[in-house]
Amino acid sequence: MLALLASAPALPLGEGGKYVAGAYIVFLVLIVVYVAIMAAKLQRIEKELGELASFAEQRKGEERDKVGAGV
Amino acid sequence: MTSSRAAFAAILGKDLRSELRTLQSLPAMALFAVTTFVIFRFGLDRTALSGSLAAGVLWATLLFAAVLGINRLFVSEREEGGFDAIRLAPVDRTVLFGAKAAALLIYLLVLELITVPVFALFFLGSAAALPPLLIVLVLADLGLAFTGTLISSMAVNSRARDLLVPLVLLPLVVPLMIAATGASDPLLTLGGPAYDRFGTWLAVLGLYDLIFGLVGYAVFDFLLED
Amino acid sequence: MYGKGLRPLSIATVALLAVGLSLVFFYAPLETDQGFIQKIFYLHVPLAIVALVGFVIGGLFAIAHLRSGNRKWDAYSYVSIHMSVIFGVAVLITGSIWAKASWGHWWVWDEPTLVSFLIVFLMYATYYPFRYAIEDPERQARYASVFAITAGAFVPLNFMAVRMAQSLVHPRVFATANGGLPGSMLLTFLFCLAAIGLLWVTLVKFELTAKSASGQVKRLRRALDAPAPGTSSRIAPEVS
Repeated sequence: MLALLASAPALPLGEGGKYVAGAYIVFLVLIVVYVAIMAAKLQRIEKELGELASFAEQRKGEERDKVGAGV
Repeated sequence: MTSSRAAFAAILGKDLRSELRTLQSLPAMALFAVTTFVIFRFGLDRTALSGSLAAGVLWATLLFAAVLGINRLFVSEREEGGFDAIRLAPVDRTVLFGAKAAALLIYLLVLELITVPVFALFFLGSAAALPPLLIVLVLADLGLAFTGTLISSMAVNSRARDLLVPLVLLPLVVPLMIAATGASDPLLTLGGPAYDRFGTWLAVLGLYDLIFGLVGYAVFDFLLED
Repeated sequence: MYGKGLRPLSIATVALLAVGLSLVFFYAPLETDQGFIQKIFYLHVPLAIVALVGFVIGGLFAIAHLRSGNRKWDAYSYVSIHMSVIFGVAVLITGSIWAKASWGHWWVWDEPTLVSFLIVFLMYATYYPFRYAIEDPERQARYASVFAITAGAFVPLNFMAVRMAQSLVHPRVFATANGGLPGSMLLTFLFCLAAIGLLWVTLVKFELTAKSASGQVKRLRRALDAPAPGTSSRIAPEVS
């Protein structure tokens, strides 16, 4: 591990390092924010699917009751 | 006369006659421009302008005054069923684009006929720059006419149309403004008009006009589909 | 099915990004002029190129939409432009950081490419309020396609005009042509370009999949006659 770090010719030197780090971190943050927003969307879809599933089941139950009562 | 040409003449004629009769847009545009010059006089705290400052003030003012006219360009079509008429007529619908762009071009030229001499009076030492400036004005107005007509035709069918036109139009005309001010800057220098890169800037203006004329021609049909 | 192939695509993207990052910091040599700060270019320039190509792709999808009338092209066009705007934010921020590192100011007007990009970004940022202002969905899609095509035509003209506006006194800060880059830097750059490009494609696919899933949920809701929740998005086209 140390050998790897030693062989790296381009790790932070001088004060330029913080700007480079800043740029790459901004990039990372944007990706993570995007993923978080998509996760929220996914959660909403999951919730709505759950609601629709229970709605459909409920209606199926009503149909069966109706049929049962009709017969 | 082919029916397209007849339709073009009819629409253009109607617009010009209507504007002449009601004087809705032009006086407002001209007054706005002149008042803006006064605001610049005080805002910049200058009584004489030259070079890039003169070009900037002139073109920024003309652009904002143009937006006023562009906002109103298709209002009569919208309110009086002009869009339906062109859809039903057996002519190429692009005629509406051409006629409206021509009308807008004429409005802009008339606007400049009034306001540019006023600008020279307020801020320039002499009128020597005005003849070459005319070429720049015509080319820039053509580009503004094409782009303005395109954007206006879309904005007229939307909510907040007065907001939409400046919002979408302004970034689109940045290259036009760059070229127009680039050409005008040396023209308006105190020592007398110079022609640095004049031909190049005119070429850029011409290119802009060509591209947006073609784009407008190509897509206008799709805007009128119901 | 938009989600198909998303997993291998994502894995490939992560792999390329990881390799790219390693190349930047372990392989590419230090540049003599700018030193360590130059490393930002491996991120900033690929982001810019991919964003611009994305805008052009959005315009191409828009042409397909107008010619075929099929609304799915409009969805592709919207997502392409949307993703490129997001990448554009990254371009401007990384460009600003680079400007601060190189010149000491968070923004400089001297760099024509960055300024052109700002104008293009502002142009495409108006895409959203523009769509929002048009209520009828079919008309909104059509007008948005016209916008995307017009804006696509605008991009090269804009870059040319801004470049010409630069006073010839100011030195050009980075050469856009990659001739002049030594081999190892060029390799790193191209690799990063590929990685960012793949990232764009993956995220576009990701977004389309999410839209498609929402669209299917709506479809299911309609089929079941279930009550609808709040209002749906007014500007993003539906995908199903």
